[in-house]
Order: sequence, then structure tokens, then C-alpha cells
Amino acid sequence: MFRSAHKLRSRHSLVFILFIWLFMNVVGAYGAIAPAAKKTSTSTADHTKFEVLQQEFATAPDVTKACLTCHTEASKQIHKTTHWNWKITHPETGQVLGKKRVVNSFCGSITTNYARCTSCHIGYGWKDDSFDFSSEENVDCLVCHDTTDTYKKFPTAAGHPTYVDKPFPKKSKKIWKAPDLTKVAQAVGKPRRENCGVCHFYGGGGDGVKHGDLDSSMTNPPRTLDVHMGVDGLNFVCTECHSTDGHDIKGSHYTSVGKDTHGIDIPGRDDHNRASCESCHGDKPHEETVNNKINDHTNKVACQTCHIPTYAKGGVPSKTWWDWSTAGRMDGDGKHLKMKDENGYVTYVTKKGTFEWGENLVPEYAWLSGEIRYQELEDRFDPNSVVPINTFKGGYDDPGARIWPFKIMRGKQPYDKGNNTLVISHLFGKDSEAYWKSFNWNRAIKAAMDAAGADYSGEYGFIETTMHWPLSHMVAPKEEALGCDECHSRNGRLAELTGFYMPGRDKSDLLDIIGWLAVLGTLGGVSLHGFVRVFFSRKRRNG
Amino acid sequence: MPNEMIYTRFERIWHWVLAILILPLLLTGFEIHGDYTMLGFEQAVDTHIIFAWALMGLLVFVIFWHMTTGEWKQYIPSSKNNLMAMLRYYAVDIFLGGGHPFHMTRKSKLNPLQRLAYLSLHVVITPVTWASGLLYLFYTSWGDWGLEGLSLTVVAMVHMAAAFAMLAFLIVHLYLAITTSEKPFGYVKAMISGYEKKE
Repeated sequence: MFRSAHKLRSRHSLVFILFIWLFMNVVGAYGAIAPAAKKTSTSTADHTKFEVLQQEFATAPDVTKACLTCHTEASKQIHKTTHWNWKITHPETGQVLGKKRVVNSFCGSITTNYARCTSCHIGYGWKDDSFDFSSEENVDCLVCHDTTDTYKKFPTAAGHPTYVDKPFPKKSKKIWKAPDLTKVAQAVGKPRRENCGVCHFYGGGGDGVKHGDLDSSMTNPPRTLDVHMGVDGLNFVCTECHSTDGHDIKGSHYTSVGKDTHGIDIPGRDDHNRASCESCHGDKPHEETVNNKINDHTNKVACQTCHIPTYAKGGVPSKTWWDWSTAGRMDGDGKHLKMKDENGYVTYVTKKGTFEWGENLVPEYAWLSGEIRYQELEDRFDPNSVVPINTFKGGYDDPGARIWPFKIMRGKQPYDKGNNTLVISHLFGKDSEAYWKSFNWNRAIKAAMDAAGADYSGEYGFIETTMHWPLSHMVAPKEEALGCDECHSRNGRLAELTGFYMPGRDKSDLLDIIGWLAVLGTLGGVSLHGFVRVFFSRKRRNG
Repeated sequence: MPNEMIYTRFERIWHWVLAILILPLLLTGFEIHGDYTMLGFEQAVDTHIIFAWALMGLLVFVIFWHMTTGEWKQYIPSSKNNLMAMLRYYAVDIFLGGGHPFHMTRKSKLNPLQRLAYLSLHVVITPVTWASGLLYLFYTSWGDWGLEGLSLTVVAMVHMAAAFAMLAFLIVHLYLAITTSEKPFGYVKAMISGYEKKE
């Protein structure tokens, strides 16, 4: 009796365990595909309750003034950052970099084009070089802290939003709405992907143009697009890795770290910079097996190299070629041209020239150490070569350098034919010197070069350039990481990165020829020996 | 005349285990070198490393066995005259149906040419393979070992050269082992049973 009851009970409990197991599986599976719940604010302050925010704001700087009544040091903190100054002195090279200084291969430079470019500056009113960088009220708190997605900086207003509804582009039917500043101010919170994205996803003049690993598809990416930021996965916001210290955001590519040797960041050995894979994963991230070669790679190969197999893979193309030399063409009626390819990608506009785009692009690879250098306005080059806009020091023998994946932007841009230097151009403005008004390169270049105090010979041409953009986003789930053969093969991804021995790719032709001659010679020798033996033994047998 | 035990049990075991290990090592090695694709690079490296460790484990026992039993003396080169006789046999007499100038006994298993061949295998090819292979495997530790100046290219070349030598050795070994006994596969059978058939 006791025995059978016991049996019955154990059968019941078996069923019960099975049920629980099934239930957990179902819940687990659901949990895996269900988007993570929107992160609720854990702030100790409800900004709707602050009296200073319960007012009509005429302008956005008025909102900043209100913010500063409580956050008294915020603007002073911002004033120290690259986000504010667009200027950073590289600690190793001493080169002054940042948007304020460098010449890029997209729209060139901000000089004389301020009001257009500074629609992505975290300030208000940088419309010429007289901008006061010590102004506290001109710090834009809202662009980073808005949570309503209604606050937008107007494209040509030097960082201000529009205060009345108006169309952009001019004469178009697209109306930019003036934000309700009171509502926006009361709803501030921590920066979300959207906040960083309004500028960083659209760098270079449009969605996905510049970076290739940052575009609007990263606003709410699936896990398959970015394993860290995926809304159905970890749902990281940018600041999860780009950690901040007094509003100073880590992880600028001007000071990129080829190899983070700090290991996992924990209090006590934290370098206050989580913008590296090693900050969370350490420098031996893979499970140790008898073949520990994958962990061995971390000394020479950046994590990104294997874990970002392709970029521009969220459905938004990235610009790969920009040829300014073809700009300025009009149709018979003197109207601007705009051409698109079969994918709907814009391939020509009169203002900017010819473009090429790509999706699901395979990165190119190069050594990267912490040291980045930009081609400055006074640096001369060989006009018969392709000019690198930026270069990274590093190589196989440099212990601080590793192989990184890059988007390499290519194109043609104006240069000074007399001096063999890069030039900058005055593109944007209502004046007749502006290229986008008169389409006269010579005047546009002279205006910008004069404003920058740079020497211009008066004769321009177009030079092909490259610009390297290190990739760190769109990290694929681990199943999609590159297999060994992608590089360890005769014509793999690293075929062009020479100067070191890589198994599977490299060989000594001489040794291989000698080796195979020896092996085949031996085989031939024993075969011949064998045949002769058979021949003689038959002869013997036959008498 | 009774059959004589030529190869002891341990000797036979290590011979065949060695055979089982050497072949995949050569196959995966040449795949890692990029000469062909079968397992894929990662699997080839996994296999190569596992078999390499197994081989080194085996060879530790084999060396111990040679040392403690005195079997290492089998590899001491014999006189020049004996060597010439052996060369003459392979170059001339073998075709004419002449008899083998040496007879295998338990005490002297190896003919003068074999002595020289195996000696070079044991003191040149194998140690070079081990040393270059271990350096190759642990190249990230060179700094800790004070070997910063070493070049991976050189280490890889040496390892490859040793592999070619091993492959050439294997070809001659197989040819002689399979075909030169009185009846084909006679030596192979002896290496399985331990006994050499006497007429």
C-alpha cells in the first residue's frame, strides 16, 4: 500500500516537473523574442514638478538657463568636452583635431559653413568664428536629454530648433514643427539611442552617409543587427559603453584605443572608459579549450575584426564614394539635377557631385594604434597619389596596435594644384562666394582658405582621397562571427595586410617547391625502384 | 626453426599508435598550410593540436622505454662496410634476386641503413618538429620566455621543412616495409604479430 502510494506520488511529481519544465521553456522562448520592456526612469526627480520649468520658453537658451538654476555646473562641464569645442589636442601627436580643425572627405570643413554644420553642435548660435565658447546659456541640454522625440535642431539655424513651423528645404512641402519647449523641458531624461542618433546616425549629410556602422537602423535595432543594442536582447543605449564622467563622453575616434589592456573594468582598476570590448569582456574572452588560439588572437586582432563581419547591414546604405569633381551640372533649363540608381540611392546631385553607396559591406582591414594623424591644410602631398585624409600608426611590430576593421571612404575632392595641399571650400551661405550659390570652385575655395588663414595658390584640381573610419558597432551575434578561414586562406580578408607570417595564407614558395620536389622525388624514386624489381624478377622467372 | 619474437608488445603498440597519429598530423598540417581544404582551418588546427599533444605523450613513453630497455642501442650506426653492403643490396642485388645481407634478430632488428635512417628520424626530424611545433603553438608566450627576437616565419618554415622530411621518410618507410620482405606485407605482419616468419 505504502509502496504504491509512493509510486503514485512520484509519478505525479514527475508530471509536475515535466509541466514546470515545459512552462519554463515556453516562457523562456517568449522572453527571448519579446522586446525588452522600455526602461523606466529611476530618477529621483520628476521634472514636471519643477516650478522653473512651468513656464513658456521663447527660445531654447531660455530652457538652458532654467536647467542651470539646479544643475549649476552642467555648462561648465560641457565646456571642457570635445562635443562642445569640436577641438581636441591629440595626447600623443599634439595635432589639434576635431571638427573645427580637420578636413574631411565629405563636406570638407566647417569653416565658413558654420550655420549648416553646427546644426549638430550641442550649442546655440555658432554661426561664425566669433562664437562665444564660454557662454553657459548657449549649451544645448535638450538635444541629448529630450525624451519626447519632438525636439529637433533646424538644419540651417546654427544649432537652434525652429521657433515657428517652417518648411525645409525652403519652398518644399516638408514642414519642420517648432517644438513645445515647455513639454520638452519637463520630460528630460537620460540620453537614449535616439538622442545620440540625431547627429551621429546622420553624419556627412544624411542617414548612414559617414560611419557605415551607425545609421537610423540602430535606433531600435534587432539583436541580429547589433548584439548589444538589440531591443530583443540587451537593449543597450549608447552610454552603456560610451560612459560619461562629468558630461565627458568616452570613446572618441580621435583618441581611439587600439588595444585596451586594462581588462574588465571594475572599481579599483577602472580606467573610467567602458568604450572598448575589453572593458566588459576582458582580453581572454573565449572559453579555453585545447586549442586556445582564438584567445591568442587578442594581442594582434581587435575583437571587432571578427565580430563585425559586415556593416551597413540594417537596411540603410552607407556612402562609399563621393566625387566632388562632377558637381555643378545643371539641366538645359539651369535646374539642379538629381539622379538615383535602381535601389533608389541618390547617385548624383548638382550641389555635391557623384555618389556610390553600399549595403552589407565587407570591412577593409588595417593596423590601428592609439595614434591617429590627419592630413592638415599645410601638409603637402604627391598629386599623383591617392591622399589619405587620416592615417593610423601601427604595424605588426607595434605592441599597442591591432588589426581593425574599417569603412574606407573614397572620393575626389578639390585641392590646391599650385601648393599640392588639401583645400576647404565655402559651400553654404547666401553670399555669392558660396559654392552652392554660384558653383564657382575658385571663389568658394578662396573664401574658405582666406577665412582659415591658409595659403591658396589660386589654382585648383581634384584629388582622390581615402578616409578611414574604424568600426565598432553592428556587432553580430557570436554565431555570425568570422570563421578562421575568412583570413587564414590564400586570398582571405587579410590578403593585403603583409609584413607578418599568417598560417594558411603565407608560405615560402622556395621551401614548398623544394619540399614537394623532395616528396615527389622520393615517391618517384621508390616507384622506379619497385618497377625495376618487378621487371628483373619477371625476367628471372622467365628464364 | 621456431619463429622468433622480433617486436615486443609495447614496441608494436607504439609503432601503430604512432602511425595513427602521424597520418592525421600530416593531413591537417598541410591543410593548415593552405594546400587544400577538408576539415576547414579551425577544425584542422583543433585536430592538429590534439594529435600533437597525443603524439608527444606517446613519445615520452617511447623514449622512456628506449632508455630503460637499452633498445636505443639499436640505432647506433654500424660500420661503413656494412652500410656499403646494404647500399649495394638495395642498388644492385635486390634486382638480381640476391639475398639480404643481414638477418633480423631480436638483438639487432635494424639493418645498417635503417639504423642511420631511424637515428636521423629520432635525433633530427622528430626533435625539430617538436621544438618548432611547440614554439609555433605558444608564439604568444615568446615574450615571457625571452624569445622576442624569434620570427614566426622562420619557425613556420622549419616546421614545414620537418613535415616535408617526415612525409618523404614515410614514403620510403612504407615502400620498404611493404614490399621488401620475402613475401609482400611480411614485415607488416611481423609488426602486427611480433614474429618474423622463418623459412
